[in-house]
Amino acid sequence: MISPLLLSLKLALVTASLLFVLGLPMAWWLAFTRFRLRFLVESVLALPIVLPPTVLGFYLLLEFGSRGWLGASWERFTGHTLAFSFEGLVLGSVIYSLPFAVQPFTAALASVDRRLLASSASLGASSWRTFWRITFPIAFPGIVTGFALSFAHTLGEFGVVLMLGGNIAGRTQTASIAIYDNVQMLDYQAAGRQSITLLAISFALLVAINGLNRKRNWRLQ
Amino acid sequence: MSASGAALSVDLHLPLPQFQLACSFRAEGEVVVLFGASGAGKTSVLDCIAGFRAPQSGQIALGGRTLFSSDRGVNIPVRQRHVGYLSQHPALFPHLSVRQNVEYGLLDLPRTERDARVDSILERFGVAALAASRPAAISGGEQQRVALARTLVCEPELLLLDEPLAALDLRLKSLLLEALFEWQRERAIPLLYVTHEQEEAYSLSRRVLVIEMGRVVADGEPHQVFQAPFSRARAALSGYENLLDAVVEETHSALGTMTCRVAGSSLLLESPLANKAEGEAACLALRAGDILVATSRPSGISARNILSGRIRLIEDRAGMVELRVGCAAGDGPETEFCVHITRGALQNLDLRPEQTVWLVVKTHSIQFLRN
Repeated sequence: MISPLLLSLKLALVTASLLFVLGLPMAWWLAFTRFRLRFLVESVLALPIVLPPTVLGFYLLLEFGSRGWLGASWERFTGHTLAFSFEGLVLGSVIYSLPFAVQPFTAALASVDRRLLASSASLGASSWRTFWRITFPIAFPGIVTGFALSFAHTLGEFGVVLMLGGNIAGRTQTASIAIYDNVQMLDYQAAGRQSITLLAISFALLVAINGLNRKRNWRLQ
Repeated sequence: MSASGAALSVDLHLPLPQFQLACSFRAEGEVVVLFGASGAGKTSVLDCIAGFRAPQSGQIALGGRTLFSSDRGVNIPVRQRHVGYLSQHPALFPHLSVRQNVEYGLLDLPRTERDARVDSILERFGVAALAASRPAAISGGEQQRVALARTLVCEPELLLLDEPLAALDLRLKSLLLEALFEWQRERAIPLLYVTHEQEEAYSLSRRVLVIEMGRVVADGEPHQVFQAPFSRARAALSGYENLLDAVVEETHSALGTMTCRVAGSSLLLESPLANKAEGEAACLALRAGDILVATSRPSGISARNILSGRIRLIEDRAGMVELRVGCAAGDGPETEFCVHITRGALQNLDLRPEQTVWLVVKTHSIQFLRN
């Protein structure tokens, strides 16, 4: 049986990785599109920042349950419900943490000097090569920040997980929920151990990102 | 390496906020200077040829290749045009070394060929010693040399240079230009060079296209295009400090001259004969450096315009002295002339404010502007 802390780390890693893969193309589009209704798309993507997690969790629960279109389709293919499963948590976390990845990605990509991109094209590079050789490496610090923020945000997630996953030990009980549980059962020692571990991980993550970005900026100057 | 380059033909139309860009010209394997004021549309022309923006209509062809054709719906992407582009900003990739920057356009070549070409161009532009440096660690002049090497190593079929050396000092600039033109001569490809400095236009090429409000208004050797009638905007740009509104009083066809009266005054000036009728308005341009100053009335001199006036202002500028001299005929209103002389002349003549002097202007120093 997987411990709540390991489950949280696994959930955060899977979510942040998925957001890297999905969020990067979204951010690229946002950074470079001339679509006039871009601000609408941005607003929708930013919704999870302002929505109470329970509200988001409530709608996701409806959709992920057996009566939801997504939940029903999922059940037909896999034989189990999407709600109250690890996959359900991943999907919910991806939506919940989306702006924490996409916004830093977009800012980083948009800040790359357009003259460099023009140079790259006039030197014969395809858009693909320009992205991976020029845009991505220059935007890298912002992309790391987006990855780490979505990781940390998922790690500390509470409301959405509680609404979606219930609280099934070994399957959907994450660290933040276990802490809440322990406090409810007046086991302050266990809650304290888990809290200090989460605090240490979050802090170490931020130190690592800031240190990395500082070193990189120093090298480019 | 001395293959004859492909010819460029351009005919493009594009509405810009201020005016309609409508340019049409051809260039063989030669250096062509695009000359014009800032905002005349020069950079937009280059952007269309490079493929960074699409004209509304027109044709752009390089050798046998059509780069753009509104009729046939062709718009070749930038990366497939084989057009080298360099602006004042070197736009080096900051995360790559000088060597990695230069080899960027050759990534599809086999390693050995790529290395050979990069080595030879780094050597040629004198930046081989910097190969391992990052752009941030080298000077602006070096950055621009690396940017030029990076563009040329791809062997473009056409070079577009948008004031590429504007930020460099004169000595560096001439060294780089020499290397650049030698490279161009070997390949005989068309090279378009944008500048807004007349001196530069004279020294760079035997062919200058003058662009004004998005149109080619003159095309020829520098001395031809710079002496033809031109607009007020370009007169100011080309260093014609004195612009005077005047009226044609008398034409002397036999002598090839005209007498013009400065508008609102009775001051008369003799100018070269232009295609204007008596009584017609004209705008005259005169360089401050083409006016002579005398402290007594000159005689026995071929110049036809001798005006007496008073010095209103003496200003010491970098390398020369600017005088403002008010001239009037009789009791009429004053017309102020801007005159440039050397510091030596100022000391020698011992000029002081409010002193009376005579200005001497040759008939053919006076230019007509387009109305």
